[in-house]
Amino acid sequence: MTEKEKILARIREALTLPAPIPGHAHANGRSVLPAGLLTHNSTPSRWLPEVGSAFEDRLALFRKNVADLKAEFHFVESADQAVGVLTNFRDAEGWKKVGTHGGPLTDPACEALGLPICRTDRAYEVTDLESCDAGISECDALVAQTGSVLVTGRSAGGRALSVLPPHHVVLARRQQLVGDLPEAFALLKRKYAGDFPSFISLITGPSRTGDIERILVLGAHGPKKLTIVCW
Amino acid sequence: MTSFVEQFKRRAVQLTRDLRHRHLIQTALRKYEAVRDKTRGSFQDWQSARQAAAETKWEAVNHLDKYLVEFVGKLEARGTKVHWASTGGQARDIIFGIIRQKNARSIIKSKAMTSEEIHLNDALEEAGFEVVESDLGEFIVQLRKEAPYHIVFPAMHLSRGDISAVFARELGSAPTDNPEELTMIARRVLRNKYITADIGLTGANFAIAETGMISITENEGNARLTAALPKVVISLLGIEKILPRLEDLALFLPMLATSGTGQPLTCYNSLYGGPRQPGESDGPEEYHVVLLDNRRTELLADPEQRDALHCIRCGACLNVCPIFRNVGGHTYGTTYSGPIGSVITPHLRGLQDWKHLSYASSLCGACTETCPVKINLHHHLLQNRRNAARQKPSAIEHFAFKLFAFVINRPGCYAFVRGVARFAQKFHPLLKGKRLDPAYGWTRTRELPPIAEETFKEHWRKRKDARD
Repeated sequence: MTEKEKILARIREALTLPAPIPGHAHANGRSVLPAGLLTHNSTPSRWLPEVGSAFEDRLALFRKNVADLKAEFHFVESADQAVGVLTNFRDAEGWKKVGTHGGPLTDPACEALGLPICRTDRAYEVTDLESCDAGISECDALVAQTGSVLVTGRSAGGRALSVLPPHHVVLARRQQLVGDLPEAFALLKRKYAGDFPSFISLITGPSRTGDIERILVLGAHGPKKLTIVCW
Repeated sequence: MTSFVEQFKRRAVQLTRDLRHRHLIQTALRKYEAVRDKTRGSFQDWQSARQAAAETKWEAVNHLDKYLVEFVGKLEARGTKVHWASTGGQARDIIFGIIRQKNARSIIKSKAMTSEEIHLNDALEEAGFEVVESDLGEFIVQLRKEAPYHIVFPAMHLSRGDISAVFARELGSAPTDNPEELTMIARRVLRNKYITADIGLTGANFAIAETGMISITENEGNARLTAALPKVVISLLGIEKILPRLEDLALFLPMLATSGTGQPLTCYNSLYGGPRQPGESDGPEEYHVVLLDNRRTELLADPEQRDALHCIRCGACLNVCPIFRNVGGHTYGTTYSGPIGSVITPHLRGLQDWKHLSYASSLCGACTETCPVKINLHHHLLQNRRNAARQKPSAIEHFAFKLFAFVINRPGCYAFVRGVARFAQKFHPLLKGKRLDPAYGWTRTRELPPIAEETFKEHWRKRKDARD
């Protein structure tokens, strides 16, 4: 008998005795959740923090959440203006090299920057990416409810691009703004069903820690700055 | 008395009197409470969210065999090597096996309470490997050669001065009392470790059966780097971490964050579904998942307390517990402290050795009320007391209750004992709090409530007489 078989046998043996469902002491003795429970008749959207249905409401909520998280949000009119935001950062922060991946939003933007580039959607050296001043990526969605950016290894240039350089810049289109977390997970399933990337992350603000006297410090191990440029 | 009880009592006495410790803990937890309440308030219906989370975890834990098989099948289909360990020793052997096979020297770790549970760091260091904790709080307690103080805030008991001192001693950095500078010292030291480490080791917050993914929640980005840069990555997790569906995270991620730190959502919530896939440019070449039982199946076999396996390790019950707030995390001497630790440790490490933790509770129920998955914590403490007494009855307790029953069942006898006690208590102040005091165990640190000069019965009779 392998350990797998032994553990599964112990689990099956243990589960021959039924346990009461929390908050339903009288439903004891059933092997499946009875109909009429919350999990069968509802979606978490009804309990999670409220999100409006109009685009403007969601945009306002996203803007507020991103500000609370100490990230930057630039909602601009066009791709040209988005490039303008990037060149401003390049000049203000003195970028010498950026990391990025190939994509319809990143390609024109990075070309306009005119800087040496480390591409992470093909084989690359970690030390090369580590020496970049910023990582510029696309994303799968922006989530209004939490001010989060949803990325995957496929949409955002692998696992390291969005965490290793000190400044992560996300380029997104306004259609990518979704309302709440259940919508974000539904989108993931629709987009990647059957073939998920090996890495998915919800990024909510720049890297932070409160491990020293519960005092907030940004840039613990990941980026100190997170900027979202959307048009 | 076993040494575990003595150790608990000795440390509890020391720490309840330590005002500096109390100040650090109270300050940190006041901040936590304020943000937690604000974030909970932003939910449309926190109580329904708790109920749904409890039902979802019930579903997962009560069909654990089915969901584990699904989870493992999905992971293996995409090239992950899954290992099963019945004991901590087996889990350590599996991890050592992978390390030796890869000829690895250095290991970078992100936070994993399961690794504390199996004492992995000690074993690795003893065998001559370099192992570095990358979570800031864990890094600090590792440098101090201490166990984490709290499952979410490992260095909560330390001031910035303490941290500066250990950095100066162990890393040779210049002393500073600026938390940002201290964080940057750790960042610089650890950056290089991620890049050079042979193996990355992580824990897990959830295991998604439907898609075969590990979910890791963190604020710093250290777990993301740990799972991105080394060539080989290992995740060590308890078998109870299962959630049935991917979309369950839409509820569990915000609830974990709200209960754990008071944040609406933790900074990075990442899902890992395997090693680098064809067409992917980075990530490990090999991904191993080690599933740990370590007597969790014994807890599973107790339907009364099975819901303790619903725990998502948010630490909320520690934060509200009046005992934890006074005696601190290290006093417990366990991997998991506070109410959840007091409930599960007797199951994981032996009822008789750890039954004293069932009494480290005021039974106020604050833990049960705050638990995001509705674990009936304070009732489980009572059940552990009952089970311990049933398994090994105490002769003294048995005699005391016999005596009590004898007295209370005989009104004349009860009146006599009451009269003697009422007379004797006049002289109690002479002895109170001294070793000769028969109630010394209590009066050493507490007031003994006096016996009333008049019982209710006597009062009632007098009142009736006066009316007649």
